[in-house]
Amino acid sequence: MARHLIRLSGSGGQGMITAGIILAAGASVLEGKKAIQSQSYGPEARGGASKAEVIISDEEIYYPKVMAPDVLVALTQEAADKYSKDLKQGGILILDDLMVKTAPKGDWKVYMMPIIRTAAEKVGKAMVANVVTLGALNEICGFVKPETLEQAVLSRVPKGTEELNKNAISAGIELAKAAKAK
Amino acid sequence: MAYDYSKYLRAGKIPHIWCPGCGYGIIMKSMIRAIDGLGWDKNEVVMTSGIGCASRLPGYIDANTLHTTHGRSLAFATGVKVANPKLKVIAMGGDGDMTAIGGNHFIHACRRNIDITCFVFNNYIYGMTGGQYSPTTPKGSRATTAPYGNSDNQFDIAQLAMGAGATFVARTTTYHAVPMEKLMKQALEHKGFSVVEIIAGCPTGYGRKNKLASPAGMIEWQKDHSVAIAQWEKMSDEEKAGKFPIGVLHEVNKPEYVEAYDANVGLS
Amino acid sequence: MAKKVKFLQGNEAVCEGALYAGCTFYAGYPITPSTEVAEVLAARLPKIGGRFIQMEDELAAMAATLGGSIAGKKSLTATSGPGMSLKMENLGYGYLTEVPCVIVNVMRGGPSTGLPTGPGQSDVMQARWGTHGDHPCIALTPSTVQEQLNETVRAFNLAEKYRMPVILLTDEIIGHMREAVEIPEPGDLPVIDRKRPTCDPKDYLPYKPEADGVAPMADFGSGYRYHITGLNHLPDGFPSNDGKLAQADEIRQQKKVDDNYDEIVVVDEMMCDDAEILIFAFGSTARSAKEAVQMARAEGIKVGLLRPLTIWPFPDKHLAKYAGKVKRVIVPEMNLGQTALEVERVMKGQPAVEGIFQIDSEPINPVTILNKIKGGK
Repeated sequence: MARHLIRLSGSGGQGMITAGIILAAGASVLEGKKAIQSQSYGPEARGGASKAEVIISDEEIYYPKVMAPDVLVALTQEAADKYSKDLKQGGILILDDLMVKTAPKGDWKVYMMPIIRTAAEKVGKAMVANVVTLGALNEICGFVKPETLEQAVLSRVPKGTEELNKNAISAGIELAKAAKAK
Repeated sequence: MAYDYSKYLRAGKIPHIWCPGCGYGIIMKSMIRAIDGLGWDKNEVVMTSGIGCASRLPGYIDANTLHTTHGRSLAFATGVKVANPKLKVIAMGGDGDMTAIGGNHFIHACRRNIDITCFVFNNYIYGMTGGQYSPTTPKGSRATTAPYGNSDNQFDIAQLAMGAGATFVARTTTYHAVPMEKLMKQALEHKGFSVVEIIAGCPTGYGRKNKLASPAGMIEWQKDHSVAIAQWEKMSDEEKAGKFPIGVLHEVNKPEYVEAYDANVGLS
Repeated sequence: MAKKVKFLQGNEAVCEGALYAGCTFYAGYPITPSTEVAEVLAARLPKIGGRFIQMEDELAAMAATLGGSIAGKKSLTATSGPGMSLKMENLGYGYLTEVPCVIVNVMRGGPSTGLPTGPGQSDVMQARWGTHGDHPCIALTPSTVQEQLNETVRAFNLAEKYRMPVILLTDEIIGHMREAVEIPEPGDLPVIDRKRPTCDPKDYLPYKPEADGVAPMADFGSGYRYHITGLNHLPDGFPSNDGKLAQADEIRQQKKVDDNYDEIVVVDEMMCDDAEILIFAFGSTARSAKEAVQMARAEGIKVGLLRPLTIWPFPDKHLAKYAGKVKRVIVPEMNLGQTALEVERVMKGQPAVEGIFQIDSEPINPVTILNKIKGGK
C-alpha cells in the first residue's frame, strides 16, 4: 500500500502551504485517497523557513505529522538545511537553483532546477513559483493524475489567473522532464 | 393623583435590599416613570446589571432582567442587543461595577455606539461590600480601604464616556428626581450609546465615614454642588471649583453599531 | 447522491458544524490557535442572517455569547488556554444560570502565554474544574477534522438539550490540520433545539425542571418576562440564600449529566476485545496511539485503544470494563498526567497506570508509544 510523506518548504510567503493544500485536496477530494495537510505554525510562518507537510495514502492516516519524508522540496537554503535532516535514505530532494547554492549532502536523488526563475521569467510571475513547484513535483513523483493537479490548482486560485496557473503547471512539468533527462 | 409604580414592579420582590436613606429608590422610580412615559412594551425591555447595590435594581422590575457578573453588564447587554436588535436594552451598574472592574466594557460600548442606554449609579463607594474606595471616591475621602484618606485620582464618568465615544452623555443627581426622569427619557430615546451618570448618596458606606451621616444632608450636598450645564458654561474656573455640571452634557448623532454592521455586511 | 466533500482545516470544520447546528451568533476575541473559527464565521454568519462580534476581551466574549443565547440564538465562542482562563468567570455564570452555548478551546501549550503556536492537552482539568464552585460539565474531544464538524453539532445538541454550556476541547494539531470532510446534508445529523415554554407567561418558572431535569428556557423578548441571576435562585429565577435549596439545585444540575451518561458519553474502542494492554488517549494524541496500536498489532502484541470523544463526564463505565481484565494501561497525553489521574481513579490499581506525559509542544510520536508498549513496565 502506497503512502507518501511529502514536505514542501521555503520561506514564508512563497506559497508552500497553499501548494500543500492543493496537492492534498486533489488527492483526497478529487481522487478519493486519504490525505492530510499540516504545517509548521509559528512566528517563522511570517518570513524565515516555513514548511507544509502532506501525507497521501491508500489507507487511513492516523498520525498526521511527517516523521521522515520521502520527498522534500526546498526553495531556500535555510529550508533545505533545516528540513532535510530527516529525509529518508533514497528519498527525493527538489531544490531551487537560484536560492539553494549548496545542496545538503545525503543519500538522496537530488533535482536542482530553476523553479523561481521559471516562474518569474518564463511564466511571468514569481508568485506562481508554488504552482511551478507542484507541476515539477507531481511530474517526478506522480502523486496524482495530471488532470487532477490542474483541477485542484484551478479550484484554489483567484479568478482571472487560470491561464497563468495552467502555464505554471506546464512549466513545472517541463522543468521536471528536463531534470529527469539529465 | 400619585403615580402607580406597581405595574412595573414585580409583586412580592419589595422591600428592596437598599439601606434606609439610599438614593437608589429615587433612581428606580425615575427610571420607571421614564420607561412608562415612553410607552414601551415591557416584553421588549431588557435590563442588565452587574454586581453591587445598583445591580439589584433589575430584579424588582417586571421586564426581561439579567443580573450578571461583576462589571459585565454591558458585555452581556451587547450580546443580547446584537443577537436581537429589536429589544430595548438598558444596562446599569454602580461606579465600581462600571468603571473599575467593568471599565473595559464601558469604554468599548461607548466606542461602538451600540444602541444601549447605560445608567451609572455613582455613590463614590463600593456599597455592597461595605465601603471600600472606588474609582470615583474623592481624593482625601475615607473608606474602609482608605483609612488614611483616599490617595487615588478620580474618574469623571461623564468625561470618560464622552472621551470613549458615547453619543449621548448626561449627569444628574438623586436630588433632581424629576429632571432625572426627563434625562432618562432622552437617553432611552437616543439612537446609539447613551450614558446617564446619576450622583447618589450612600449614607451607610460613604456618609458615615465622611461626616455626611444624614441622608438628607447628602441630598442637600448634591443640590449645593451641582450646576445646570447652561449656567456652568458661563462660570469661571474659580466658581466651578468643587462643583459639577448636570444636564445633557453631550449629544451627537453617529451611525449606530448594529445598523452600521448590518449595512456593512449586507444584512439590512 | 454523492456526498459533498470539502478539504477543510480543523477550525474551519468547527464552523461548518456550528452552521449546520443552527448557530447564528458568535462573540469572540482573537487568540492563536483558534482565530480561524472567528475569521470564518465573521464571513459566513451574515450570509445566513446571523451576526458576528469581536469583543473587547475574552470575558466580554463569553458574556456576549451567553447574552446572544439568552436572546434566543444558538451561540458560539472559540478561544485557547489564556482566553479560557479569562472566560471561566462567565462560563461559571452560564452553568449556574443554565444557558446553552458552545465554547471551543483549541488547546496550546501553557500555563500563561506558554507556547502559543504549539499543541497541548493541558486544559482537561481546567475544563472540568476551572470555574469556582461545583457544576456539571460536558467536554468533547474530537480526533479528526470530520469529528471537529460532527462533534460541534453534537456539542450544540447537548447544550440545547441539557440547557448548559458545552466545551469542545480540541487542540492545535486537529485545529490546524486539513483533511477531506463530508459535509452533511440537512437531516443527516440530528439537530436539537432547546425546549421553550408553552405555558401562560404568568405561570412560567424558568428553573422549574420537567421530568428530564431540564426547565424550558424562554428567549428574552418572547413575552415571558423573567429574571436571570448568578446568585443561587429559586425555580422562579429570583435569588435565595437558602443553602439547602442551593445544594438541591446544584445536585439537580449535576444529575442532568450523570443520569444521561449513556447518551452523552461516546467512546471509540479499537481492538480492545482481546487486548492485554489498553491505551487510553484522546484528541490528537489518540491518532498517535492508533498508529502505535497498528504497529504493535503487526508485531503480534495484543493492544487496544480506548478513545473518548467525551472526556467529561469521564467515561468511567466504558473504562471500568477493563479494570482487572487488562494487564497494563498506558495513558499518553500532552500534559503532565491529568487524565491519567482519572484513569487511575477508575482502574483502582487494576492495573496501575503508566503515563507518557509530554509538554514539549510536539505531538507524541507513535514510536514513543510503541516503545512503551514493548518496553514492559
